Amino acid sequence: MENAGTIYGINGPIVYLKGITCLKMAEMVYVGHEKLVGEVIGLTKDKATIQVYEETTGLKIGEPVLSSGAPISVTLAPGILHNIFDGIERPLSEIAKASGAYISRGISVDSLDTGKLWQTHITVKPGDMLYGGSIIAEVPETKAIVHKVMLPPDTQGRVISVVPDGSYTINDTICTIQLSDGTERNLSMTQHWPIRVPRPIQKRFPANRPLITGQRILDTLFPIAKGGTAAVPGGFGTGKTMTQHQIAKWSDADIIIYIGCGERGNEMTQVLEDFSKLVDPKTGNPLMERTTLIANTSNMPVAAREASIYTGITLAEYYRDMGYDVAIMADSTSRWAEALRELSGRLEEMPAEEGFPAYLASRLSAFYERAGMVETLNASEGSVSIIGAVSPQGGDFSEPVTQNTKRFVRCFWGLDKSLAYARHFPAIHWLTSYSEYLDNLAGWYTDNVGEDFVDCRNQLVAILNQESSLMEIVKLIGSDVLPDDQKLTLEIARVIRLGFLQQNAFHPEDTCVPLSKQLKMMETILYLNKKARALVTMGMPMSVLKESNIFERVIAIKYDVPNDHLELFDDYHKEIDAFYDEVLEKNA
Amino acid sequence: MSIEYLGLSDINGPLIAIEGVEGAAFEEIVEITVDNKEKKLGRIVELYKDKAVVQVFGGTDNISLRNTRTRLTGHPLELTLSEELLGRTFNGIGEPIDGLGPIVSDLRRDVNGKPLNPVTREYPRNYISTGISAIDGLATLIRGQKLPIFSGNGLPHNELAAQIVRQASLGGSQDEKFAIVFAAMGVKYDVAEFFRKTFDESGVSSHVCMFLNLANDPVVERLITPKMALTAAEYLAFEKGMHILVILTDMTSFAEALREVSSSKGEIPSRKGYPGYLYSELATIYERAGIVEGCKGSVTQIPILTMPNDDITHPIPDLTGYITEGQIVLDRNLHGQNIYPPVNVLPSLSRLMKDGIGEGYTRKDHQDVANQLFSSYAKVGDARALASVIGEDELSPIDKKYLAFGKEFETRFIGQGAMENRSIIDTLTLGWELLKMLPREELDRIDTKLLDAYY
Repeated sequence: MENAGTIYGINGPIVYLKGITCLKMAEMVYVGHEKLVGEVIGLTKDKATIQVYEETTGLKIGEPVLSSGAPISVTLAPGILHNIFDGIERPLSEIAKASGAYISRGISVDSLDTGKLWQTHITVKPGDMLYGGSIIAEVPETKAIVHKVMLPPDTQGRVISVVPDGSYTINDTICTIQLSDGTERNLSMTQHWPIRVPRPIQKRFPANRPLITGQRILDTLFPIAKGGTAAVPGGFGTGKTMTQHQIAKWSDADIIIYIGCGERGNEMTQVLEDFSKLVDPKTGNPLMERTTLIANTSNMPVAAREASIYTGITLAEYYRDMGYDVAIMADSTSRWAEALRELSGRLEEMPAEEGFPAYLASRLSAFYERAGMVETLNASEGSVSIIGAVSPQGGDFSEPVTQNTKRFVRCFWGLDKSLAYARHFPAIHWLTSYSEYLDNLAGWYTDNVGEDFVDCRNQLVAILNQESSLMEIVKLIGSDVLPDDQKLTLEIARVIRLGFLQQNAFHPEDTCVPLSKQLKMMETILYLNKKARALVTMGMPMSVLKESNIFERVIAIKYDVPNDHLELFDDYHKEIDAFYDEVLEKNA
Repeated sequence: MSIEYLGLSDINGPLIAIEGVEGAAFEEIVEITVDNKEKKLGRIVELYKDKAVVQVFGGTDNISLRNTRTRLTGHPLELTLSEELLGRTFNGIGEPIDGLGPIVSDLRRDVNGKPLNPVTREYPRNYISTGISAIDGLATLIRGQKLPIFSGNGLPHNELAAQIVRQASLGGSQDEKFAIVFAAMGVKYDVAEFFRKTFDESGVSSHVCMFLNLANDPVVERLITPKMALTAAEYLAFEKGMHILVILTDMTSFAEALREVSSSKGEIPSRKGYPGYLYSELATIYERAGIVEGCKGSVTQIPILTMPNDDITHPIPDLTGYITEGQIVLDRNLHGQNIYPPVNVLPSLSRLMKDGIGEGYTRKDHQDVANQLFSSYAKVGDARALASVIGEDELSPIDKKYLAFGKEFETRFIGQGAMENRSIIDTLTLGWELLKMLPREELDRIDTKLLDAYY
């Protein structure tokens, strides 16, 4: 480490050095006697600007700054999963061991456990030619996930020697290769990667497989593809975090990276507790076995909040490169944007809209474009999906973060205050939300779920839209004066809202619903619509139809039909037929 | 003998600048002697080259560029901690103002605190019975939670906070130690006096530690007051094992003070002139609530804020809502109908409620009853809107039932006496009584089994 100079000015998390230094842009530095971690964000002829990832209280003018020579990076090796890190990949449990309940400053801990022995299976032999991204070893990282140790993307060479299968730490040499210039290089399981640089890939695929979440309104109405991007905007109390938790718990991704960016400490504790207890339906292991948490709570230093998003996505890309489907929950990107604004203000940059820096849009787009379904360097297929929560000020979607995010995501799940007030959860509003993946995914749904899936979905949406225009009239003159066929539309829409869109996250059956059941539910609702409409066309008044409890029965399907007893749906069809006959008979 | 710096280079509002300073630390406290007699404290808020910008507590009146001597103290702002804090009253920067002399203890701690490691937090689950139906039933307060009251000027938020203090302190079991830390930022004398009287009358004043920065006290001191209070609270909770209820009033004054100082510093404003770091600043206060694994005590926060112009989207309530674990919103309309407490239940919420109620905590039907009351009351709003267009007489029978339900819900469930302490069972029974006014098929949020048992 080289001494780069001494501190010349301090303003909150921003520190200045005087004169021309040896520092490079985006380089990691250690600031002051306590060696606080920082990053170079500006260089001019007479000063260097550094943002510090820890509290700067007590820092003095004249204290030294040491350069590290490398950009701010993450350590990539087994041990990332089932772990909780701060915004710059320091393990919080190790920090707790070092400094107790509170996070002190200048704590130096290894990102990953360097002492732990991993059961390693070497997959290459001497003489093999390896390229960047080639898999050299496999390590069962958790019960659910096999960690594939890869050659760093920028290296290639021929294997000279390997160690036998056995237990090694992440820093032991497991393989030696000869580079093209003849030099030899020892490889361990560890590699480093700068957080602000996307990891290289072969090519990108179009998104054509859905990320199945088990949440009806998402899977059916507004699906997201694997490798896709979605934004979840909503005012406070509308259930952003709950939606993120549900997707993190039940989606069919292999790996979940959960970034708590500037959010509540208790929420992270809850994720940690819940995910350790909950069992992944796919593998039968605790959910934490496939999860990494990055926690930079709102009271932790603001600069690290800005970095946490990049740390998260770099970890995600690393697992993608192994051929896994990774989903990132970023809760919340608004806090990240606000961190940008806060730092920008300290740097006295010219503000654009609402005080946000002018580069807000380009930063957001650069982040969301790191998602995608790709062919990795080792020719396997992996994906990174990003689901970013947005916390618009005052719940107003016209603010800059929501608007700019909308430009770069293809799924928009708008949470609605009035739905949340009425405790309709998930409070995703079916009229403001959209998904651009519908066309890409239609083929998959037709092939894998049912030919009528897309058709049913469209009919549902049509009924909901009719309801909304009818409600305009109802608000003015009441529902009594509507003709019976329109009353029926309102009733069916009610069945859809209560029976299909509303989903109870605390109900053991309803919290995650397979696609097959989602389809059956839609079919049943639409069958009821068809039969009831036939009756209304024959002149039966709605009041007669409502005498039967069939509507309530269909609403309760979500609780009454267990996810693994879909044959019960046949009974509902019979019941609807019986209802039809009964009404005809009585009123013929 | 440490170095003293003579004179200043700049005075601007509450900020002064000193040149030629050596070895000053960011956020260090300085002692300023004015005219050789008056002593003031200040905090370094910016350092550049040899120039230090200092925020002066107690205001810059009487200070000229030449009549001061400034000394660096070498440490950030600290509070002396001891169990003797209880029963005492301090000003906004932790100096005793009750005439009982200073606290004597070797333990001093930086009031800025440090972030609590999420790994060492314990997820709060124990509910606090406040005896108020609107809170216990619909937005349950949990030990270790931060649950603000969003109010407006002229609404009875102080009375509500006082009632919570009175009734929550009675609820706890006898062997648990309970104490209150009260911080007033820029509140009127009468408000501080009201709380003092309440504490006296309910016999808890020996368990209260008060930090008072009244409306006419220096504005800059307000920025420190909540941090003082929370430092005391953390000490009492996590080192002395007490359950601490922290009342912070009024957070709006705190944010206003932040804006005032920020604009004197010439910082770039973001929303409505508030500095970009308002969110971070509020978070460092609110996040100091919680429970630490392995500690007996807890810090529960009830911040009170008055929404400027009753606007819940104003930056202060808005950012607060994103940090705190729910909110209790007071409503002028209900207040106008003489309903106390005028809690507008629809936007009110407790995020920790779901894990602290139900079987084993309150009663197993609690969550369903709460959801149903919310959902039904939301429909009351629709029925009222319709009635105002077509008249009440033209409403359908079911809408009329909703109107009647709404009226009863507001007067009997939300409304209660300032001295009335309802048990959770009473609250739930009352909830069922009201729900029975509606036909059974309208109750779509309640499990069929629970309906069979209670409807």
